[in-house]
Amino acid sequence: MRRLMGVLAIGVVAALMGSTAAKADQLAEIKKKGTLIVGVKTDYPPWGMRDASGNIVGMEPDMAADVAKRLGVKLELVSVVSSNRMQFLQQGKIDLMIATMSDTPERRKVVGIVDPVYYASGVAILANKKANIKGAGDLKGKPVCALQGAFYNNELQSKYTGTDLVAFKGIPEAEQALLDGRCVGFVYDDVVLVWKKAQDKKWEAFDVVALPEWKPVPWGLAVKTEELSGPWGKFMAETTKDWLKSGTLLALEKKWVGSNTQWLIDASAAAKK
Amino acid sequence: MEGLWDFLRSLHDAYGINLVHFYDTFERGRMLRGMWTSIKLAAVCIVLSVLIGILGAWLQGSRFKVLKAVVQGYIQFFRNTPPLVQMYFFYFALGPQMPRVVNEYGISQPMLGSFEWAVISLSFFAGAFNIEIFRSGVEAVQRSTVEAAESLGFNRWQIYRYVVLPLAVRVCLPALNNNLVNLIKTTTQAYAIAVPETLFVASQIWSDRINVFEMMVTLLTFYLLLVGIFVWLMTRLERSLRVPGFGQ
Repeated sequence: MRRLMGVLAIGVVAALMGSTAAKADQLAEIKKKGTLIVGVKTDYPPWGMRDASGNIVGMEPDMAADVAKRLGVKLELVSVVSSNRMQFLQQGKIDLMIATMSDTPERRKVVGIVDPVYYASGVAILANKKANIKGAGDLKGKPVCALQGAFYNNELQSKYTGTDLVAFKGIPEAEQALLDGRCVGFVYDDVVLVWKKAQDKKWEAFDVVALPEWKPVPWGLAVKTEELSGPWGKFMAETTKDWLKSGTLLALEKKWVGSNTQWLIDASAAAKK
Repeated sequence: MEGLWDFLRSLHDAYGINLVHFYDTFERGRMLRGMWTSIKLAAVCIVLSVLIGILGAWLQGSRFKVLKAVVQGYIQFFRNTPPLVQMYFFYFALGPQMPRVVNEYGISQPMLGSFEWAVISLSFFAGAFNIEIFRSGVEAVQRSTVEAAESLGFNRWQIYRYVVLPLAVRVCLPALNNNLVNLIKTTTQAYAIAVPETLFVASQIWSDRINVFEMMVTLLTFYLLLVGIFVWLMTRLERSLRVPGFGQ
């Protein structure tokens, strides 16, 4: 048993040394090979999607293009999904990940999430204008559409509506019920609702009302954990700061989502100070 | 009662058995409301579907071909389509076509809500089967019995009401029992159109509180009890209606 432990310990030490030895300056490496590989989503319009000719476009691909421009290298986009995006980064298949990823302590243990974060989604209600809803306080006793299993459902019902939510399995059913007048509003991620409203005329008689009762969940872009404190991680931190300060993100959000979210307006203003 | 809730709370702390839907006032409230909604839904649908069955079986014996065809069409439509599909169809396709009323929030809303559509859909669904079940009973009544009633001057409705139906019910009660048990279990599908019944509430609770295992056990126990009580009542009814010598 003791011998086995000894072998294991040597193995672990060797692995650790190996990883330190392999640690190189990724920023210099990217410049040397002349290509930046970024993992983005293609299933999350308008943040990352494919256009009619199959090219990857969206707000996050535009951010990736800006990074490549700053470095003076070519850009290669790789389509990732939620279940493989962190693994792609760890395995070195991508240099950078900008893929609508919520920033959580668990994820910070696996990949290097760059500070400051570049985006956040909060909770809002797409409310029928006739119902005159100005905030969560106006929801008492009213039927509210929602998605089954959303993290805010419990609090929404126990603190604000007091009656059972009209909750469906999918977004299309909830939207249909809202359009049919079966509820006063549909509670969901604010950024998606803002985009939906800008996209489709059928939401003209509806307003997106922010529900600041629920704190926005930040979205972080990420590099490999060991790169976070190196030149590559620092470069991305500086880039994100500059995006916020110069209003690049506000412009990109305006271009892709249609209008600006309160979180990004506030974060950009804070970065200017 | 407080003592019991405290005990259940301590179960969570000590063993990780999370019965939050009993000891938490808010969760208990909506759990009980959900169970009550299930019971109400089942009761209303049972009564309506039995009425549909009785009426339909009588119309099937009608002399008018058109009436018979209508009943036959109804049976085929409801028996050959899945109840979940019917419920979606009624709620999302037919519902919005109904006359609208302006509700207290100033929004024009279709007249019937999700509970009403669930009642309509489930009653018609089970009713289609009930018609066939009652017909099997009606056909088991001997022709000579009907002729005897005719010779006494009973009209067609009177024969059905006082002679055929009472005998037919006794014959078809076991089959009817089966179908109504199925109906009670099918009420869980009202979950899809947001009727806040037991399964709907349970899924809300287990996604909020991540106590999936405990909720599954609670759900299963609830339906086992609900159906158990119903079957016990029906067996008692069967026994009290028994005519010595009939059907042997």
